[in-house]
Amino acid sequence: MASKTEIQTDLATIVEEIAGVPADDVQPDKEFIGDLDVDSLSMVEIVVAAEEKFGVRIPDNDVKGLKTVGDAVDYIDKAQA
Amino acid sequence: MTSTRVLVTGLGTTSPLGGDVESTWSGLLEGRSGVDVLKHDWAEQLSTQIAAEVAVEPGDVLDRVKARRLDRSGQLALVAALEAWADAGFGDGGDSVDSERLAVAMASGIGGVTTLLNNYDSLRDKGPRRVSPLAIPMLMPNGPAAAIGLSIGAKAGVHTPVSACASGNEAIALGIDLIRLGRADVVVVGGTEAAVHPLPMAAFGQMMALSKRNDEPALASRPWDKGRDGFVLGEGAAVLVLESEAHATARGAKVYAEASGAGVTADSHDIAQPDPAGLGATRAMKIALRESGLSAADVVHINAHATSTPQGDVAEAGAIKNALGDASGGVVLTSTKSMTGHLLGAAGALESVSVVLALHHRVVPPTINLDDPEDIGLDIATEKRDLPAEGDLAALNNSFGFGGHNVAVAFKSV
Repeated sequence: MASKTEIQTDLATIVEEIAGVPADDVQPDKEFIGDLDVDSLSMVEIVVAAEEKFGVRIPDNDVKGLKTVGDAVDYIDKAQA
Repeated sequence: MTSTRVLVTGLGTTSPLGGDVESTWSGLLEGRSGVDVLKHDWAEQLSTQIAAEVAVEPGDVLDRVKARRLDRSGQLALVAALEAWADAGFGDGGDSVDSERLAVAMASGIGGVTTLLNNYDSLRDKGPRRVSPLAIPMLMPNGPAAAIGLSIGAKAGVHTPVSACASGNEAIALGIDLIRLGRADVVVVGGTEAAVHPLPMAAFGQMMALSKRNDEPALASRPWDKGRDGFVLGEGAAVLVLESEAHATARGAKVYAEASGAGVTADSHDIAQPDPAGLGATRAMKIALRESGLSAADVVHINAHATSTPQGDVAEAGAIKNALGDASGGVVLTSTKSMTGHLLGAAGALESVSVVLALHHRVVPPTINLDDPEDIGLDIATEKRDLPAEGDLAALNNSFGFGGHNVAVAFKSV
């Protein structure tokens, strides 16, 4: 099971790969859509890649609540448990 | 008929012979074959294991994130379009165009077939959650046209002619119309195809359409040769920037040639076989000449559709003789597919680029692999051939497609 720091690092790699945002910019306080310019289709791709990477399931209704990178890290951390 | 002249002011390609126009054109003049044995694991199960894949990986040329949101056909199209756009002088820091007077007509025969089939594999093997949210915009046939339109800011309409192997030429015909109708000043036209995938190859194989000369790939595409046994599948994209004479003159654009007219007809004969008398093809050529104000005797060069299938090549030769009459004896004929393979929906566009460059440089590329020619009664260039150094020249590019589509486009030297 990944630690929060590992989740943060791996998630940043996924966001860089899919949306072209430099991994260093993918910080907990950053909003995916507002700050990182991730569009809605890329967000779906990121969620699916994160599900695969961390072995969790993130239902569509919950994705709406994941505004910031920190929200996503916390969600994945809890979902792993 | 309106008198608006339509000029070709930019060219771009990514082809089996090269990643740009310069390398593609030099490959054509050298008589180099772009056909090779497929390295993919899946090729082993097919009766045809050769194809003409593009010389440069398009995803490596584009911005990485942009590339992964496009089907390979869209990647090829965008690379070619950006080259043509810059070549026309519209690239970064170049001339500007009123976006509401700028259109795109980018054709495809098959569309994003690799995206479609790969996503079907994901659905079957891993479930619906693994289907890409980008699958639809990537697989739809107008995806490449939309990507180009977005990239250059075209707002006068973004179109996708789909007429099998006549698609690329039909896009050029549409572009000429859009300018003549006054709907646009500049139209980016062309075709793209990326169907080197086991399903299309198996399907063409089941039609007995593909060459099986797996041991001699460079010799497999041999239009008009008695030893031909079908076409070789190619992939790539080609783009021309068409522009009204007034717009091109106002900005002092470099001009390659005039796209003077087009003939679009249908056989209404059979789902796949051409009309054996070639009447539709004949009419397409005659209409292109009439629209251009040309007589048969003005035509010095025809880039034939000539795919290297036994039925098609001979039917086309008959149609050329019918369309041009006695003047067909003065025409230098070539089939660039002997080198590039058959690019399906991109074929007409790539071959129009070849015709435009032939008029511009006054030299016709050779047809290779013509060792034992059919007696078609026409002059086929087997070595590159100089055209007259002086005077006005005119040429035709022919494309015909399954479904009975025939498109001939006429070009004039400037």
